[in-house]
Amino acid sequence: MRNFLSLTRMRIQLALRNKMFFFFSVIFPLGMFFVYSGIFAKSHPRGVKFFLGPVIALNVMGSFWGLSAMLVMFREHGILRRFHVTPVTATDMLASSILANYVLTLPTVFVELLFARLIFHVNTFGDPLALLFLVTVGTISFASLGLVVASITNTMQETQVLNQLIWLPLIFLSGATLPMGYLPKSAQNISVFLPATYLVSGLQNAVFSSFPVRRILVQLVALAVWALLSFFVAAQLFRWEPEVKVPRRAKLWAAATILPFFFFGVWESRNRQMLDQAQAAFRAVDEPANTNPAPKSAPSMRVVPNTNRASPQP
Amino acid sequence: MPNNMPAPILQVENLVKNYGDVQAVRGVSFCVEEGEVFGLLGPNGAGKTTTVEILEGLRHPDGGSVRVCGLDPQQNARELKHEIGASLQSTALPDKLRVMEALRLFAGFYKRRRDPEDLLKRFGLEEKRNTYYSKLSGGQKQRLALAMALVNDPRVLFFDEPTAGLDPQVRREIYDIIEELRRDKKTILMTTHYIEEAERLCDRVAIVDHGKVIALGSPRELKQRSGGKTRIEVKLARPVTNGALQRLEGVADAREVDGTYVLHTQRPPQAIVSLVKHLEAEGNELVSLEIATPSLEDVFIEMTGRRLRD
Repeated sequence: MRNFLSLTRMRIQLALRNKMFFFFSVIFPLGMFFVYSGIFAKSHPRGVKFFLGPVIALNVMGSFWGLSAMLVMFREHGILRRFHVTPVTATDMLASSILANYVLTLPTVFVELLFARLIFHVNTFGDPLALLFLVTVGTISFASLGLVVASITNTMQETQVLNQLIWLPLIFLSGATLPMGYLPKSAQNISVFLPATYLVSGLQNAVFSSFPVRRILVQLVALAVWALLSFFVAAQLFRWEPEVKVPRRAKLWAAATILPFFFFGVWESRNRQMLDQAQAAFRAVDEPANTNPAPKSAPSMRVVPNTNRASPQP
Repeated sequence: MPNNMPAPILQVENLVKNYGDVQAVRGVSFCVEEGEVFGLLGPNGAGKTTTVEILEGLRHPDGGSVRVCGLDPQQNARELKHEIGASLQSTALPDKLRVMEALRLFAGFYKRRRDPEDLLKRFGLEEKRNTYYSKLSGGQKQRLALAMALVNDPRVLFFDEPTAGLDPQVRREIYDIIEELRRDKKTILMTTHYIEEAERLCDRVAIVDHGKVIALGSPRELKQRSGGKTRIEVKLARPVTNGALQRLEGVADAREVDGTYVLHTQRPPQAIVSLVKHLEAEGNELVSLEIATPSLEDVFIEMTGRRLRD
């Protein structure tokens, strides 16, 4: 436990001294926040609130990128070997990188909420507990994904290619960039198999639709199961030595981490709860609920309900 | 200790390690006693690093047995790591970690630890305490590596090629540090491919080649093994027939190593005279001639027919 904490401190120190980290973990997410809020939502409070879910999701998901690159760099440079001759364990190494990442993500999320309130006059953020749980489970799960990526790639180049391949579908097919309501039906059908969709959906439900924790349990459980499995696999496949290559079984192990979202995806394809909630939220941007009357000014977001989608249940 | 003859602190018996089809270590055996500086001397790729890394618990052996402080590095890995200190080859620290932070961080991993301040002083790194690792020179990095190997006041130290890639002056600094540790009766297993280093620093040396120990003893013993013979190295205008030099008067043995003829003799003047006479008779010419005092290099040449060089 002591080693885990001192490693966590080291990781935080190193991150704060790293310009790349600053760009990707602070400047980039805040930049996205302003793009979404100012341009997509045209500074309209309900629009800003609607996009807070995707913005926070992008912020949280970004963890996987940095963690995979960092771990591979540590391995390639022989830094991990040095830790290997000490009593430090693989779990210490991996868990500390996740905790450090979590500690560094929280303030950015907080600043995003603060800006939403101060600059864009968003007054409520739904259930704070639901939001906290989602950010926590989300960070741990996507950080673990990064650790799995690091465990099945040998070089930094391979890692970056795989990161790109994972990142693009995750952000475009999950509602993290284009709202789910804009996506064609075929894309929606795929989206329910992606972990990012669960994070975006959970965050949007929590922040925009003010769902309490019990109504985002599916998302929380799906992400938590995935986080545990990914972390376990990353620890199993952990390599200290740069010249030890990815064993063949590693690909199978890594493939196994997809399983939870395969099952949740099949289930979600049937009851379509998440997709319906996304549609409802999407429509509600311009048609506010009675409890929260919108200003009489012209709706700032042109909403195009997805016509591909067969009559949604009320 | 109730026992008059304590077990050696390092025991290596018939150690075997393969990388795929390559046999890196082929039955290496040796023991290291407490308080001894033991060197593994051999060319690159001889299996020295692999042997040390198995002892450190970084690699699994494919055969044989290994004991470090009475522990099996495979079975008692975590326990063992509290007892050993190591400076590795091809390793680094994070660029943006400061010297003092690194020492404090690593000291924190152990049950038993030394004051990082003392180590900083002893290894001449006081002025660099707040310097990022990436800003250190090669020699400073190596001094830090040695200091870090000592943070847990280990029972055994492993120094893998402690001076590789350093310029001669920095290398002497590292020698001074290791000699000081030797005076403190630290147990050290070090690897090197520098003869000078093994002769100067080690109480005993195992000469390793192609994954095997080909000679073992104190540097003095090893040198005596070649009978206190002087080495004469000659380059000739034309090659001589095999064995011709061997039969010369005063020459104990002769062999060709990389185009140079290496003669060993107990009576150098006589050997040279007979060599010159022989060459004249053959119409051959002497291009160059060097006389070297006996060193571990001679042992290596005698055993392998090759030179021990980078």
